[in-house]
Amino acid sequence: MSTTEQINWHQDIFEVFRAQDISLVAHVPDAGHTPLIQKCEEQNDIDVVTLTTEEEGVGILCGAWAGGRKGVLLMQSSGVGNCINALALPSICRIPFLTIVSMRGEWGEFIPWQVPMGQATPKVLEAIDVRVFRVDNKTEVGMTVSAASNFAFNTRQGCAVLLSQKMIGAKQFQEGE
Amino acid sequence: MLHRRPLVQALLEDRPSNLLAVSGLGSSTWDLTAAGEHPGNFRFIGAMGQAGPFALGLAMAQTSKRIVLFTGDGEMLMGLGVLATIANQAPSNLAIVVLDNESYVETGGQSTATAGPTDRELVARGCGFTNTCTIKKDSEILGLKKKIYSTGSLIFANVKIEAESLPLVFPHSFDGVTAMNRFREMATAEV
Repeated sequence: MSTTEQINWHQDIFEVFRAQDISLVAHVPDAGHTPLIQKCEEQNDIDVVTLTTEEEGVGILCGAWAGGRKGVLLMQSSGVGNCINALALPSICRIPFLTIVSMRGEWGEFIPWQVPMGQATPKVLEAIDVRVFRVDNKTEVGMTVSAASNFAFNTRQGCAVLLSQKMIGAKQFQEGE
Repeated sequence: MLHRRPLVQALLEDRPSNLLAVSGLGSSTWDLTAAGEHPGNFRFIGAMGQAGPFALGLAMAQTSKRIVLFTGDGEMLMGLGVLATIANQAPSNLAIVVLDNESYVETGGQSTATAGPTDRELVARGCGFTNTCTIKKDSEILGLKKKIYSTGSLIFANVKIEAESLPLVFPHSFDGVTAMNRFREMATAEV
């Protein structure tokens, strides 16, 4: 884990992937995940799958686990809404499911359209049987992803780590930018 | 037009030991079960649109196994984008067989998009599949079977079938954990 003076939480997440033998990273890209996605793409032994919509990631990770391989889904909070019915699959089959969600529509949001799904994200995840672990502090990203990963793969449950917008930083859009 | 159950039966007759079959909900699941109970089958009974992604993940995890996905036109239309995702990953051990009756038979026979101008094989080709076919006749089944088992490439086959309502054939368990545990043991076994 990186020191508190110079925290690279993307690197901390990556190290958890290594420790957990996660070799499949499915994502719909989001700026909050970009450095982590780039890091994973540089590895020969990690497959990075770009999805057309987030719910594909649910089925892909479930199929991979059925075949003995561990993966993670990276997405923005808006993508969580796309996954809900698909999450019946890991729920009813007790397949471990791990997702890391970059939050929008909360702390300092600029775009109103991000608010409905951002605010609904923890509620709908819990409603479909996924345990939610929220992180507001950069120092706790690595340990939280590690804990969620252990929880998911050891107990065969769905787990989501929500990376808060307060921690990631809310982008303020400027016209003409 | 072909009949779905004899088709699935014919494609799985004398199945190789490294074959894993996945079926989408719901008619394809009854078809796969009617072809014979097998621990190397994983059958969806819900989560519509997820059979394609599941088959892709399985193919990426078990590269020495041949994965055959049987699903209906309605189930695949729900997750149309996954064809682009699959074509980009291009797992050479995956074959997709769409049982296309151009209708939602289980809900009363309402037309799907493939009854209209939508050509499923063309969609697959547009997404990047290169080994594709549409078959409509009994005489083409053997060729499809050879293609699935003899060529080591990603395959998309659209099979035009009759819109027939058949007796349901239930899998050994509707319980997801029971089904998954049995399948995973088989899927991860050495062959």
